[in-house]
Amino acid sequence: MGLKQNLHKLKEKYKGTKMAPAFNALHTFLYTPNETTHSGSHVRSADDLKRTMNTVILALVPCLIFGIFNAGYQHYAAIDNTLRLDPLGNFFTWDNFILGAWTVLPLVIVSYGVGLGVEFIFAIIKKHEVEEGYLVTGMLVPLIVPIDIPLWMLAVAVIFGVVIGKEVFGGTGMNILNPALTIRAFLFFAYPTWMSGDKVWVHGAKAMTGQPDAISGETILGSLAANNEHVYSAWDMFWGFIPGSVGETSTFLIIIGALFLVFTKIGSWRIMLSAVVGAIVMGLIFNGVASAGWIQESSNFYGLMSEPFWHHLIIGSAAFAIVYMATDPVTASQTNRGKWFYGFFIGFIGILIRVFNPAYPEGFMLSILLMNVFAPTIDHYVIQGNIKKRMKRLKVKTA
Amino acid sequence: MSKDIKIKKGLTIKLKGEAEKTLSSAPRSRTFAIRPSDFHLITPKMVVREDGKVQAGDTIFYSKSNEQLKFVSPVSGTLTKIERGAKRVITEIIIEADPQDTFKDFGILSPDSSSAEAIKTRLLESGCWPFIMQRPYAVIADTEQEPKAIFISALSTAPLANELDFSLKGKEKELQAAVTALSKLTIGQVHVGVGKSESSPFKGLKDISLHTISGPHPAGNVGTQINKISPVNKNEIVWTIAPQDLVIIGELLLTGKFNPERIIALAGSEVKTPKYYKTRIGSEAATFLYDSGLKDENVRVISGDVLTGKKISPKGHLGYYSNTVTVIPEGDDYEFFGWNKPVFDKISTSRALTFSWLTPNKKYDLDTNTNGEHRAFVVTGNYEEVFPLDIYPMQILKACMVKDLDAMEALGMYEVAPEDFALTEFVCVSKQPHQQIIRNGLDLMYKEIG
Repeated sequence: MGLKQNLHKLKEKYKGTKMAPAFNALHTFLYTPNETTHSGSHVRSADDLKRTMNTVILALVPCLIFGIFNAGYQHYAAIDNTLRLDPLGNFFTWDNFILGAWTVLPLVIVSYGVGLGVEFIFAIIKKHEVEEGYLVTGMLVPLIVPIDIPLWMLAVAVIFGVVIGKEVFGGTGMNILNPALTIRAFLFFAYPTWMSGDKVWVHGAKAMTGQPDAISGETILGSLAANNEHVYSAWDMFWGFIPGSVGETSTFLIIIGALFLVFTKIGSWRIMLSAVVGAIVMGLIFNGVASAGWIQESSNFYGLMSEPFWHHLIIGSAAFAIVYMATDPVTASQTNRGKWFYGFFIGFIGILIRVFNPAYPEGFMLSILLMNVFAPTIDHYVIQGNIKKRMKRLKVKTA
Repeated sequence: MSKDIKIKKGLTIKLKGEAEKTLSSAPRSRTFAIRPSDFHLITPKMVVREDGKVQAGDTIFYSKSNEQLKFVSPVSGTLTKIERGAKRVITEIIIEADPQDTFKDFGILSPDSSSAEAIKTRLLESGCWPFIMQRPYAVIADTEQEPKAIFISALSTAPLANELDFSLKGKEKELQAAVTALSKLTIGQVHVGVGKSESSPFKGLKDISLHTISGPHPAGNVGTQINKISPVNKNEIVWTIAPQDLVIIGELLLTGKFNPERIIALAGSEVKTPKYYKTRIGSEAATFLYDSGLKDENVRVISGDVLTGKKISPKGHLGYYSNTVTVIPEGDDYEFFGWNKPVFDKISTSRALTFSWLTPNKKYDLDTNTNGEHRAFVVTGNYEEVFPLDIYPMQILKACMVKDLDAMEALGMYEVAPEDFALTEFVCVSKQPHQQIIRNGLDLMYKEIG
């Protein structure tokens, strides 16, 4: 007897018991179920939610691998600044990989372990199947946190995010806010000293504070918000040899991921494109304000306002947020027309908050959460358009 | 108004086992069955008892809510059994056929010179009325209300569907009689949608408004054509009739006989020699299934096409409205890592390691596996790609699920039938039962509003 038959027997055995959802989750991971159609269409397309989620994970894998190398690279480069003279040559090294893996993989393990644990518990209590939403969330979370975040903090945040962000609404497909960003926002508001400032973005920076060999862990946005110069070239930013959250630094790989998602029709190109347009428009407005001399160079906002508009897309989390966060279909606008508005305002408000928020110089987490809340309203007005058309047709007929 | 309609959104599902265009006569069936479940929301009130003799055209039962609405026997013979299910609901009425049919004579009725009232009475008493469906609600037409228009789709775009240009060949006289008669029953026009080919028997008929339809499935769905030609508003009614039913109506008017012959397409990857058969409503499927031969035991026999048909047993009977019988493999098996490995042998509208986009002309052998588990709605925007109606599909489905009557009405529930959601159901990543959701929604509206 093969594995298939044995698992089938176990499935029959667990049927109706409390453990059925947990068993089925593992079973369906190995085998697509033997379920056939009962009503309606007798044949179905090849796509299911697991495949959809898996595609997003595939698009994230390059970012994760790059993040691992970058974690090591930023640490060593902070100690020895000469490494930055040849980033490419000093980037893909075993030293970087080993240090990076040592710091990043625990984040991935905690994220998946805790998050899926919560999902399994809820599935058993509420007697529904374990849903696939967390597969992507669990991958996103380690990529959007600072490298040196304590693991217990991450665990607490994941529990909060999955329970309050998703399960209380009924699980995958029912949530209002993006779960990964809920987790990120929880971390930001619960542990603000950890989640911002100039120490957490490079491995070891916090631990070495006060020591003679202390290193800086400041991000570009942090420098700009403090009106300081930074040492990174635009190419560094584009390729991603800069400090930042684990997986969001390489704009190049994010663009590759975006192309993959658009090509596979899993990610919405409407949201991505309109968000980029929104960010550019806001960036141009600020550039205009700065060059028109309406704002003093001594102003707190001058550094970020005068940054060329297109730089905003390659620094900070803008690209990552637009490609992987804004396009979450559950929390985005659900109508095609609505997606244009939703995306545009994410880009627009994201840059707005980034420039005007001195405490935390990044705006995309907040702008996406804000637009998550407004997405149903946008959809409401789009659908009203359709309803009004129908009403008008009726009036013409009856008049 | 333009009479050429181009449908852009949709998906033509290409399957193996298309019926070859040769016509055979199926052996005469020993028994015939009428299933009241084919007539949605009709509760039968029996007229003939068990062991009663009937002629073709004799009433067997009528609708409990409307005595005028009669259902007749497709053959002459003896009503041998009334099968009942839970709560004594009649599931099947079995008639053992005589070797030769004798017909009840309704008399010839000239469609040109008869009044609307006479035609209507004739359709009701002869059991032809149930061929007329109405929208809203996708049920048998209300006998009291006059439709604003009548829609006929003579274009088949469903997978492995009966090609009407072939199966209606030579039936122009009957079709003409039927459309002329029906045109008197509506204040508006009889709209007929045909394909681009020249051979449609509808080209050249009078009393109709002809529309040329092109594009992928569901261009051939009558619901798509209604939406593009004259969408249904609140308090309006349209009728829809399948072309092969027009032939039966036409023959009734011309000869006085109810002769429910069907030319069906027997198709599907599990049929050895898929082709067309001349048979009769309610025949045993075995009469043609075993004439053509099946490749395997573990198959699903569908009375209708793979998107909207009903599952029947190989020993079961042809449904009342079906003109296609499709046989495909059952998919009751597990697939190792089916959710993440590249897929070449199934159809998908995404490109998530699914490669059907590379081979748009390839014919597929799909089975009945759902290819995944039932989930909440997650993915957005994929229904719209295959849904040509000016309606928001996911929003209307959700309105049906939460039974929000106002939202259902506002979003266009009067315009739809379950079959319009067959393609969205096919592509649904969350494997939601769209057609069932819409059916339940329509039933709720019918009960509360209609």
